[in-house]
Amino acid sequence: MSRMWAIVERELRRFRRSPILIVVSMIFPLAQLVILGYAFGGNVKHLKVAVVDQDHGLPAVKIRELAQAASSGARTIDLIDYADEGQAVTDLRNGRVNGVLTIPPEFSRRVLVKNEPRVALIEDNTDNVVANALAGTLNGLLVSYNEPPTPVRVTGKATLDVVEVYPYVPYIQYLLPGIVVMSIFMMVMIGGGIIFIDDKARGLHEGYLVTPISKFELIAGFNVSGTIKAVVAGLTIAVIGSLIAGVPNPLDPLRFVRLFVVIVVTAFALISMMFLIMVRVTDPLMPRAIFGLLNTVLYFPSGAVYPQQGFPAWMQVIAKVDPFTYAVHAFKSLLLKNTGMDAIAGDLLYLIAFSAVAMTAATSLFKRTL
Amino acid sequence: MNAIEVRSIVKKFGDFTAVDGISFTVQEGEIFGLLGPNGAGKSTLIRMLVTLLPPTAGTALVGGFDVIKQSDDVRRAIGVIPQAMTSDLELSVEENLLIYAKLYGVPREKRQRVIPELLEAVELLQWRDKPVKNLSGGMRRRVEIARGLVHEPRVFFLDEPTTGLDPVSRTAVWEMLQRIKSQRNLTVLITTHYMDEADKLCDRIAIVDHGKLVALDSPMMLKASIPGKNVLEVSFANAPADWAARLATLSFVDKIDAHGHIYRISSSNGPGTTLAVMDAAAAANVVVQSLSVQSTTLDDVFVHYTGRQLRDALQEASAADSPFMLRRG
Repeated sequence: MSRMWAIVERELRRFRRSPILIVVSMIFPLAQLVILGYAFGGNVKHLKVAVVDQDHGLPAVKIRELAQAASSGARTIDLIDYADEGQAVTDLRNGRVNGVLTIPPEFSRRVLVKNEPRVALIEDNTDNVVANALAGTLNGLLVSYNEPPTPVRVTGKATLDVVEVYPYVPYIQYLLPGIVVMSIFMMVMIGGGIIFIDDKARGLHEGYLVTPISKFELIAGFNVSGTIKAVVAGLTIAVIGSLIAGVPNPLDPLRFVRLFVVIVVTAFALISMMFLIMVRVTDPLMPRAIFGLLNTVLYFPSGAVYPQQGFPAWMQVIAKVDPFTYAVHAFKSLLLKNTGMDAIAGDLLYLIAFSAVAMTAATSLFKRTL
Repeated sequence: MNAIEVRSIVKKFGDFTAVDGISFTVQEGEIFGLLGPNGAGKSTLIRMLVTLLPPTAGTALVGGFDVIKQSDDVRRAIGVIPQAMTSDLELSVEENLLIYAKLYGVPREKRQRVIPELLEAVELLQWRDKPVKNLSGGMRRRVEIARGLVHEPRVFFLDEPTTGLDPVSRTAVWEMLQRIKSQRNLTVLITTHYMDEADKLCDRIAIVDHGKLVALDSPMMLKASIPGKNVLEVSFANAPADWAARLATLSFVDKIDAHGHIYRISSSNGPGTTLAVMDAAAAANVVVQSLSVQSTTLDDVFVHYTGRQLRDALQEASAADSPFMLRRG
């Protein structure tokens, strides 16, 4: 076993002497956390709404007053008055406004005779998020419009009371578990993929193969050193990321121990997977070429950025076997809910089984000679 | 006992036969040179001897151990310097040696004795703490030579150790190798493209071509084995048209090459042919403008046995060829 530690020692000494490599591999996940966290987390504001009032009656004025209130209150919308509906729609198509609110000429009369009064929202539905925000705001506006002037004391309508068991989770915190897994994957990809194949192509592995090291010591050396590097990356990002995202009690010692366990198991699972992928590769371009593909196929179906319940069936299949899924779930449990081992035992079990299968397959493919 | 004993060894890659039944022996303490054009099968042969490649047929004994059946014993007995520079650039000179000593399982006390000794031998003791990336090409090679000897092997394999080095560094590498060899009980098998080096340093030389052994002897005997031990280069003025044919009849002449008024005359007796040429020129009223006598070099031997055609062959891509190669250090 001492020969295995010689490989580990060599890898870690080299790792320590490459500060640029360490920084680059950690900056990428942190940049994702901050940029994605703030890019997707916020509420949409200042959507431009063209108001075409063709009615000018009292009810129409009330609608416009409510819209004005929404505009100066939550600032979701900015209002622009248009006299001509045709011009408003042209501007909508040209992207100058995000929606057109039309109050038709008959509106006041229909309100008076209670004949289904309607206002129209014409929206640019190429941007779902904007369209939903706009429809939501204007729906709310009409709900207030329809409210009776004096509330009814006793109502027969059923309502839903929502109880939130955890404090509010901003999107940046929701993203953090995926980012921790991503940082582990980055280090696995660089250490276990790119550098591993470069070393092989440069003939460094020949240097190992002419020594009396056994196949098992060689495989263990590569993978133990890869795991250690990935654990260092995962732990660093888990701590710095928690501080950036504002996770409550970031340094809770018990959670830290559990995090450490999940990071080690995840790092080993990913390094096993990478070793299986790279065991017969010799071309240094290969790991670079599949980097983006692997990242996409593993990261996005994992539930790290969007709930898996929204996936089509075929993608749910990918999500089921994706080791990221289980790692992300475990980190979510620990970072967002601070749960105990019960909640993550299943994840750990899957990751360990995954590692065992990948490592066994890779070992049988590994050649002790060239 | 023979340090290396190669017995009808064969290596095929699919339909291609890289090494085609080579046999030879290397005695203990010899410096044995393996020469051959690019793609002749030298590297494949060495790779089989150092247990990197399993032979398709035949076998070899290295240090008394069978490369197929006792590969771990062979690995313990040999030191290997591969063609590519494989030192860890980020690590110091001493760390490079230390890691390899550990890979070979050299115990701590022995490491502490052997590493400074070797660094002294390759004259790098004062650079022991410097990262290898700050060293010149020749110094890096010397690091690798020291690294290959940390476990005190009995047989040392070096694949083109001086390729890419300047003449001073080349000489330094060879002098160190000779000194180390004389101090230890070491057998050296080396490949090189520099014939002058092979001539000066190798006790015996094997020339390999198309996967076969085409010649094997000491440098002196090899030079004597080819036609024309000497080459006369003579420049004549006003030579008659049949001059080349007349020169060919002179004593000891093997072969004539005429290039305008310059004639290259291969001869088995340089001084004898020189006298005959001078006499013939005087008799025919031909003026000798210049005359030089060269002895046969290993270059001539090499070309004689392997021919002149270029060996263009496909080979596997290496990291250095990749446009995206990550340069570390």
